[in-house]
Amino acid sequence: MKTVVETPVRGWRDRIFSAAPFFFVSVFVIFVLTLIITDIFYVDKKAVATVLASKFIRHALWMSIWTSCVTTLIALLFAVPMGYSLSRFRFPGQILVDAIVDLPIVFSPLVAGLTLLVFFQTSLGRWIQEDLRIEFVFQPKGIVLCQFVAAASLAIRSAKTAFDDVDRRYENVALTLGCTQFGSFRRVCLPLARNGIIAGGILTWSRAFGLFGPLMIFVGSFRGRTEVLSTTIFLEQSVGNLEVALAIALLLIFVALIAVTGIRLVGGSTMAKL
Amino acid sequence: MIRTEEISFHIGTFHLHRFSINIAKGEYFILLGPPGSGKTIFLECLCGLKKVDSGRIYIEKRDVTYIESRARGIGYVPQDYALFPHLSVEQNIAFGLRVRGCQYKEMQSKITATAELLDIRRLLSRRIHGLSGGEKQRVALARVLVLQPKILLLDEPVCALDEVTRQEVCVQLLNIQRRLGLTTIHVSHNLEEAFTVADRAAILNVGVLQQVGRLDELVGKPSSDFVARFMRREKHLSCKCNGQAHAEPGQPCESP
Repeated sequence: MKTVVETPVRGWRDRIFSAAPFFFVSVFVIFVLTLIITDIFYVDKKAVATVLASKFIRHALWMSIWTSCVTTLIALLFAVPMGYSLSRFRFPGQILVDAIVDLPIVFSPLVAGLTLLVFFQTSLGRWIQEDLRIEFVFQPKGIVLCQFVAAASLAIRSAKTAFDDVDRRYENVALTLGCTQFGSFRRVCLPLARNGIIAGGILTWSRAFGLFGPLMIFVGSFRGRTEVLSTTIFLEQSVGNLEVALAIALLLIFVALIAVTGIRLVGGSTMAKL
Repeated sequence: MIRTEEISFHIGTFHLHRFSINIAKGEYFILLGPPGSGKTIFLECLCGLKKVDSGRIYIEKRDVTYIESRARGIGYVPQDYALFPHLSVEQNIAFGLRVRGCQYKEMQSKITATAELLDIRRLLSRRIHGLSGGEKQRVALARVLVLQPKILLLDEPVCALDEVTRQEVCVQLLNIQRRLGLTTIHVSHNLEEAFTVADRAAILNVGVLQQVGRLDELVGKPSSDFVARFMRREKHLSCKCNGQAHAEPGQPCESP
C-alpha cells in the first residue's frame, strides 16, 4: 500500500530547499557510477578471461578477503572495550589518549609502512620476530598488521561515538533491575550501540580491503604469498597490463559492494530482531 | 523500613547535606521540592547508583550503604522511565527476571499477573517506540513490580502526563501501593500529587531537608518561610518570639 504523506503548503523557496540536497546526491552518485562505467568500457573480454583464469589472482582475492575479515574482527575486539572506556570513564590525559587513537588515520600510507619496517629493526621488533617466532615482515601476518594499523582507529572512533549516544540511565536502570556492571553492558549498552559498531566494522573492512601503500613497503607483493588484490593491480599496471589491472579493480569493487551491502543487511536484520 | 543517617553527597557545586529521614513500612512518602533541589540525587543514593560521601543508609535495619544496587531489593522508576528501546514491552518487563535466571513458566505467569494488575496485557507485544506517556509509565512500573520489591522509588512518575490523567494515575499508584503494601517514596515538585497520595511528606530545598511531617503539619506549622511558600500559604506571618510575647494559632501575634 502506498502511504500518502500530507505535505504542508510550500512556496518556491521551500521547493528549492528540498531539491538542493537531491542535486548533490545525484551529482555524487553519477560521478562515482561514471568512473566505474569508464572502467567497464575500457576492459575487454580477454582481460576478464585472464583475471578469472589466473590462479594467482584468485589467491590474491582470497588473501584480500580473509586478511580484511581477520583485521576487522581484531579491530572490533579492540574497539568495543576501548570505545566503551573512552566514552564512559574520565581519566587524566584523556584528550591526549583520544588524539593518539586517531593518529593512525592521518598517517600517510608510506609513513605507516616505513614505521612498521623500522619498528621490526629495533631490538623489541627483532625479539618478536626472532625469539617469539612471530614473523610479520614480508609475511601474510604482516598484511593483517598493516591493515590493523591503518584501519583500527576507524572502528574505535565509531564505537566510542556509538557508546556516547547510549544514555547512561539505561545502564543505571539495568543495575537496579539486578544486573552487574558487565550484565548491564552486555544486555543494554552493547545492543543499543550495535548499529554504530557495525558501521565502524564496515569502515574498517573497506579500508583494510582496499589498502595498498603500507603493504608495498612492509610485506611486498609476492605472487601466491603476500599478494592481495590492491597490490596485484599495481603490479599489473606497472608491467603495462592496464586492461588486466582494471579488470581486477572491477573485481575489487564488486566484492566490496557485495560485502558492504551484506554487512549492512545482516547488521540491519540483527537490529530489527532485537 | 528505610532510614538514612546524615547522608551527604556532592556533585559539582551541589551538596546534599546531612540528609536524615525515617520512613515506616508500608508508608506512602512523598518528597517535595523545586527542580534542582536534589530529589533525584537522593533517590539515586538510596538505590545505590550514587555512592554517598558520608552517612549510612539502612533498609529493614540492614546497613546497605556499601551494598550494590542489585542487592538492595529496591524498585526504581526513573523520571522518564528509561524503558529499553531495543526490547519489546514484554521483554522490558521480563528483563529483571531474565537477569535473575528465572524459569520460563514462572516468568510467563509473573509477567501475566503484573500486566493484569496494571491493565497492560494488550501492550505486551508492542515496541516501546510509539507508546503513549501513560502506557510507558505503567510498563516502567510493571518492570519493577514483577520483581516484587519491598520498596518502590518513583521519580516524578506522573510529570509527563496531562492534568486529568495525572490525578487518575496518582489514585492508581496509591491503590497498588496499598494492595501490595509497598513502602514508597514518590518524588515530585507538584503539591496536588502530594495531597492525593501522601501519608507523609518531606520538603527539600537546595540539598537541605526543610521539614518532614504529615501534610496538615506542613501546611499548619511550616518550619520556615520556604516551606510556607512552598505549601502555598501566602498569608503567613513570620515572627520571632523573645520569650515574653507568644503566638497561638488563630490568635493575632503580639508584636514584641
